[in-house]
Amino acid sequence: MSLLFVLAVIAAIGAVAFIIARQRGGALDRGATRPHSRAHYHGWWAFLLATLPATFIFLAWLLASSIYLERHIVAQLPEQTAEGPIASQSLAVGMVKGLANGLRRLDANELASLPSTFAQVQPMLAAKRVALATDTQDYMIPIAVDANRLQDRLGTVGAIVAFILAAVGGIYGIRRVAERARARNNVERLMLWGLMAASMIAIVTTIGIVLSMLFQTISFFERVPLTDFFFGVVWDPRFAAAGAADSAGQFGLIPLLAGTLYIALVAMLVAVPIGLMSAVYMSEYAHPRVRAVVKPALELLAGIPTIVYGIFALVTLGPFLRDLSAALAGGSPFIQAQSILTAGLVMGVMLIPVVSSLSDDIITAVPRAMRDGSLGLGATRSETIKRVVLPAALPGIVGAILLTASRAIGETMIVVLAAGVAANLTLNPFEAMTTITVKIVNQLTGDLEFNSPQTLVAFALGITLFFVTLIMNIVALYIVRKYREQYE
Amino acid sequence: MTDISIGNVMVASAPPRRRDIGLGRRYRAERRFRIYGLLAISVGLMFLAVMLVSIVSKGYTAFWQTAVTLPITFDEKIIDPNGKRDGDPNVLIAANYPKLAENALIAKLGIDPSDKAMVRKLKGFLSDGVRAQLREMVVRDPSIVGMTRDVDVLASANLDSAFKGQIDLGVDEARRKVSDQQVEWMNKLRDEGVISGHFNAGLFTYGASSRPETSGMGVAIIGSLYMMAIVLLLALPIGVAASIYLEEFAKKSRLTDIIEVNINNLAAVPSIVFGLLGLAVFINFLGLPRSASLVGGLVLTLMTLPTIIIATRAALAAVPPSIRSAALGLGASKMQMVFHHILPLAAPGILTGTIIGLARALGETAPLLLIGMVAFVADYPTTPFDPATALPVQIYMWANEAERAFVERMSAAIIVLLIFLMAMNITAIVLRRRFERRW
Repeated sequence: MSLLFVLAVIAAIGAVAFIIARQRGGALDRGATRPHSRAHYHGWWAFLLATLPATFIFLAWLLASSIYLERHIVAQLPEQTAEGPIASQSLAVGMVKGLANGLRRLDANELASLPSTFAQVQPMLAAKRVALATDTQDYMIPIAVDANRLQDRLGTVGAIVAFILAAVGGIYGIRRVAERARARNNVERLMLWGLMAASMIAIVTTIGIVLSMLFQTISFFERVPLTDFFFGVVWDPRFAAAGAADSAGQFGLIPLLAGTLYIALVAMLVAVPIGLMSAVYMSEYAHPRVRAVVKPALELLAGIPTIVYGIFALVTLGPFLRDLSAALAGGSPFIQAQSILTAGLVMGVMLIPVVSSLSDDIITAVPRAMRDGSLGLGATRSETIKRVVLPAALPGIVGAILLTASRAIGETMIVVLAAGVAANLTLNPFEAMTTITVKIVNQLTGDLEFNSPQTLVAFALGITLFFVTLIMNIVALYIVRKYREQYE
Repeated sequence: MTDISIGNVMVASAPPRRRDIGLGRRYRAERRFRIYGLLAISVGLMFLAVMLVSIVSKGYTAFWQTAVTLPITFDEKIIDPNGKRDGDPNVLIAANYPKLAENALIAKLGIDPSDKAMVRKLKGFLSDGVRAQLREMVVRDPSIVGMTRDVDVLASANLDSAFKGQIDLGVDEARRKVSDQQVEWMNKLRDEGVISGHFNAGLFTYGASSRPETSGMGVAIIGSLYMMAIVLLLALPIGVAASIYLEEFAKKSRLTDIIEVNINNLAAVPSIVFGLLGLAVFINFLGLPRSASLVGGLVLTLMTLPTIIIATRAALAAVPPSIRSAALGLGASKMQMVFHHILPLAAPGILTGTIIGLARALGETAPLLLIGMVAFVADYPTTPFDPATALPVQIYMWANEAERAFVERMSAAIIVLLIFLMAMNITAIVLRRRFERRW
C-alpha cells in the first residue's frame, strides 16, 4: 500500500469523524443552556484525534521498518561482503535496493517466472526503463525479492495499525462530544503548538546551515591543514585523477578573499556615493510627483535578478570596456573583458537601489524639528543636510553601508559571469580576479564526490563566507536598531 | 545705522552697504549639491535604460524564427527501401529523413540532383531538427508514406541569422558561416515567399538542445512553475504561522529574541549558502534526487521564508489595537480574534510581501547551480521529482554557449523572465494600492 493511499484513508476516517462529531455537537445546541464549544470545534477535535496520532505512528513505523529492512538485507549478504569495509557493504545494499525497486515494476506473472541470473533480469527491467548498476550480482536477486516481500508485509501491518488507531481516535473524539466538553480550547492549543513549531523553522534553518557545512568542513580540514587554507596564497585545487600520488592540490584562501574584497570595494565606491546622493535628493528635494515616478523605477532596478546584471557585464559592458581601452591605447587592450573593474562597476549599480532605499528610510527618520531648527537659523538646505541631517543619520547610514557590503561579498552571479576564474593576486583593477562565491560554484558544478577535498573545500569556503557576512549583518542590524530607538 | 551715524556727512540717498556673508557662494554650493543629487539619480536610471535597451535589442529577434515551407514527398524508397516497416518498427525510427527535406529543397531550388558539388553546398541550410520533426509525423501517421505534404521546416541557426540580417555579408565568405550560394538561394526563396519568419513558438516549448534553433525554455518554464508552486505552498502557510506566533502570541523572552535576530540574519545570508545547505541536507543527507525541482523549491522556500515573515509581521502590526480589543471584548478567544479579524485585515499586506518574495525566488540562480539544476534536460518533467532546470539557470547555461544564436535566445529568455517579474511586481503594487487601508 502506498504512502499516499494510507494517508488518504486516514484523512477519510478523520473526515467521517468530523462530520459525525459536528452533527452531534449541533444537536447539543437545542436545550436551555448553551454548550461550551460550537459544533465545528467538536468536529475539528474529533478530526485531529483521528488523524494526528495515526499519521505520526505510521510515519514512525515507516522509518523504523526501513532501518529494519536495511539490517535484514545486510544480514543476508554473503560473509565476505558483510565483513568487508563499510563502503563496499553500503554499495551492495544500495545495489539490492535498486534491484528491489526495479522489480516493483514487474507484474505478478513476470515475478513468478523471474530468471535467476542478473544477465537475464537486466533486459527485462531495461524494457521498463529501469537502469541498474552493471555489477549487480546474481545472489542479490533472491535477497531483493525477499526484501520486497518483507517490505510489503511491514507496510501492511503498519497501515492496519494506523487505520485502527485512526478509527479508535475518531470514535473517542465522537464520544467526547458533550455540553461541557472544552473542544475549542483543545483545538486552539494544538493550533498554538503548530504556530510555535512554524516559528522554530527559522532557528532550524540556521542550525541546518551551520551543521551541514560544519561536518563537511571538518572532514575537509582532516585532509588539508587549517593554516594552509587560511594563510595559503596559492589556489590550485587540481582536479587530478583520483588516487594519483600528488592529487592534494593547494587550497589557499588569500587570493579568493582578496578578490572578493577588492571587487566589493570597487562596487561600494560606485554604490555608496550615488545611492546616498539619490536618497538625499529623493527625501529632501524631489517634488512628490517626481518621487512617485523615480522611486518605483529605482525599486525596479533592485528587482532585476542578479543574473541579468551578470549577463549585461559579460555580453555588453566587458567587451565595450575592452574595445574602449584598445582604442585608447591604440592596439592592445589594457582592460580585460572579465576584470575587477567590470564586475565591480556592475555590482555597484546593482547595489545603488539597496543603499538608496536603506538610507532613504534612515534620512526620513531624522526628526523634522532638527531640520526646521537649522533652516530657521538661516542655513541653506544643503547646509542643513550636510551639517545636521547626515551627521544625525550617520550611525544608521554606517549600518546600511555594512549591510550593503555584506550583500556585495555574498553576491554570486555577477562575479561568476564577469570576474573570471583565475585566482590571481593583483592590485591592477583591469585584470581578472576571482572570488569565494565563484569558487564555490566552480567546485560544486559537475560530478561530485563527497569525500574529495576538491568538493569539500567549497563547504569550508561557504562557512567562511557565512560567518563573515553573519558578523557584518549582526553589527549592522544592531547599529540600525540602536539608531531607530534613538529617535523613536 | 552705525555706519551712517559715524559718517555724518554721508548723503542720505546712498544705499546701505550689506555685509558680505558669502550668500552667493552658499547659494552656488546649494545649486551644486542639488545637481549632484540629480546626477546620481540620472546615473541610476540611465543604467537601467541602457541595460534594458541592450537586452531587448539583442533579444527581440528571437521571437521570430525563420522557416522554409517545403512540399515534402514522403518517398517510400528513402524511408523504407526494403519494405520491412510492418514487421520492424525501428525502420520508421531510423529512416533517413533529412534526405527527404533535402530532396524537396533541391526540387524547389531547381538544382540538378546529379550535381554533387551544388548539393553539398546545401549542407547547413536546414536545421538538423528536421529529422525529429518528420520522424514524428511519420510515426504518428504511417499512412502518409508515399504522399506529399507541405511542411514548415526550420532553417538552420546560421541561415536564420542571415535572414534576420545579423550577419555582415560584406565579410569575406570564408570567414562567415553562410556561403554566398546559400545567401543567393535564400534571397530567391524569399522572393518566392517560401522562406519567411514565423512566431517562434518553439522558444517556449522546446527543451534543451545543442542546436540553437531547436532549443527552447519549455523545460525551464515548467521547472520554474513547479518551484514557485512549492514555494507558495510551503513558505506562505509556514511564514504566516510563524509571524502570527511571533507577533500575537509570543511573550518577550530570550527565545523569541533569538528567533527574531535569526530571521533578520537569514534574510541577509548570501543566497549561495542556501544552495550549500540544500546540497548537504536535501541531496546528500536525505537522498532526494539531484536536479529535481522539488529540491530547488525547498531551497527557495527556506530563502523566501524570512522575506515573507518580515512582511507579514509588518502587516499584522499595522492592524490597530482597537480591532483586537473589540474582538476580545465581544468574547472571541485570542485564536478567533487572530483568524477571524486580524488575518483578513492584514491579508493584502501579506499577499504583497509574498508576491515580492516569490519574484525574488523566481530570479534566484546561485543556489540552484549547486543543487545540480545546471543540467541538459530535453524532456518535460512530469513530476517535481524529475530533473528540470529553471528560467534563470537556462539563461546562465545559454550564456556559456559560444554561438551567437544562443545569445539571441538568452536575451529573449531574459525578456521573458523580466516580463514575469514585472507582472508580479505590478500585481503587488496594484494590490497594495487597492486594498491598503490607512487606519
